[in-house]
Amino acid sequence: MGEPLIQFNQVCKRFGDNVVLDGVDLSIFKGQVTTIIGKSGIGKSVLLKHIIGLLEPDAGEILFEGRPLSAMTKAERRALKMKFSYMFQGTALFDSMTVYDNVALPLKENRRVAFNEIKGRVGDKLAQLDLIGIEDKYPSQLSGGMKKRVAMARALVTEPRIVLFDEPTTGLDPIRKNAAHRMISEYQQAFGFTGVMVSHEIPDVFHISQRIAMLDGGRILFQGSPEEIQSSEEPAIRHFIRGEVPEGEEYNGLHD
Amino acid sequence: MIQLFCMPDGVRHAHAGTQDIINIGGFASRIDSRSGWRARDDGKSMAQTNVISDTLAGLGRMAIDPVQELGRAAIFFFRGLVHLFSFPLQADKIVDQVYFIGMKSVFVICLTGAFTGMVLGLQGYYTLVKFGSEGLLGAAVALSLIREMGPVLTAIMVVARAGSAMAAEIGIMRISEQIDALETMDINPIRFLFSPRLGAALIAFPFLTAIFDVVGIFGGYVTGSLLLGINPGLYFSRVESSVLMEDINGGFIKAFCFAAIVATICCYQGYTTHMRKEGFGAKGVSLSTTSAVVISCVLILVADYVLTSFLL
Repeated sequence: MGEPLIQFNQVCKRFGDNVVLDGVDLSIFKGQVTTIIGKSGIGKSVLLKHIIGLLEPDAGEILFEGRPLSAMTKAERRALKMKFSYMFQGTALFDSMTVYDNVALPLKENRRVAFNEIKGRVGDKLAQLDLIGIEDKYPSQLSGGMKKRVAMARALVTEPRIVLFDEPTTGLDPIRKNAAHRMISEYQQAFGFTGVMVSHEIPDVFHISQRIAMLDGGRILFQGSPEEIQSSEEPAIRHFIRGEVPEGEEYNGLHD
Repeated sequence: MIQLFCMPDGVRHAHAGTQDIINIGGFASRIDSRSGWRARDDGKSMAQTNVISDTLAGLGRMAIDPVQELGRAAIFFFRGLVHLFSFPLQADKIVDQVYFIGMKSVFVICLTGAFTGMVLGLQGYYTLVKFGSEGLLGAAVALSLIREMGPVLTAIMVVARAGSAMAAEIGIMRISEQIDALETMDINPIRFLFSPRLGAALIAFPFLTAIFDVVGIFGGYVTGSLLLGINPGLYFSRVESSVLMEDINGGFIKAFCFAAIVATICCYQGYTTHMRKEGFGAKGVSLSTTSAVVISCVLILVADYVLTSFLL
């Protein structure tokens, strides 16, 4: 598989007393979709935010193409950021801008793209995500699922090389969820971007990811192919991916 | 990390302090506030040490925090100023903000200017008439407006109208991760959010101050001449003869300084909403807005005194 594109070396992060990452080792390879799974609140989003530099590790280092992020100059970091795109869990759309302006903003601000080209590219992305006719609406006028799709359009409009998705499909209906997964997969094949996705959609993610990593207790419990994780004998992994309750605990409040 | 004093031997401090990392662009500083000591077996003497050390630590923090805030706000201001001129210029955003800060404040400035001038005319007349020098009313009204009241009251009105809005808007963008989103798109949030507002304030404040002054002088004319019967010719000739260009320039220098103070404080308070210790979310935004208005108004009056003492 060669050298990993992004590599976490013993990355630790704590907020006050709360240790979130406790020595994470993770490799993300070029041209693959890597999905990070794990229980809610275990620190998956925190892990993702480290990749793009929104959070800095307390200890350990993150390497990009073998070079530590912390040793990069400001210009190198900026150049690197241009290759990334991040889709936030809470969408983080600009609520005082229209849908069109939201999607067009990354093109307008930094990349010297002509007005007509911006219009074309934004229109294409909105069409692909089934968002035609709402260009002039504001995010607060949209449903949760629509906001997710606008956020995805905004993340993909710059045609980034590395896309970080934080729960891209949570809150979508099954049809749109499949469409979103299909789009991620098709895009990934068409443009060959590297995807890192945080998701709870098991088993769907096994079909669109080349690599799965499971975060548990501040460490990477498992990383490997979807086939490997599905055949894993490790009880914690088995329970998680099958949604089973660990032994000794019981279901409550369900129908028989 | 700031350690205020040496720990006594044998005292183990609990690592209960929260660690905040503030990152204004590339400037990162860490504050490690230690807020707890672990009591040992010899509880009583330990507790006494705790009381003393906590008090001292609290005093130290009270002294250091404002200095630290001032430093951060100054860095914030200079970054905003530099990006005001960085290429490509954000002319369209500045024009939008001039409309919001300047144009939309014109009515309220005219209203307050008129009544300020009117009350100055009224008060000035009854004071001057005691000395038989009511003919000087024009000079009294014009000079007090142009030198003092115009810049100060304009700034305070704009804080109330536009400054609070800036703090709330940027605060909401902060808590809903919109500023993080800008960073992930490699859009400098200080350049994108603060610089246009700073530029617009620097453009709008002198104009608003000028409008306030002119409307105020006519307000003084309404009470002094129309209601109380001073000769209008005398009123305006006194205005003309007493006001020097230095007075007008002094007023504009104040207006520029107040513009920088208002834009910086209001945007900075909104921008750092997530770092507030007293409240998070909507409450954090409300606290940011309140402190933006209060700190701006206080600083306007403090800066006014300092500037006046230099300009006189």
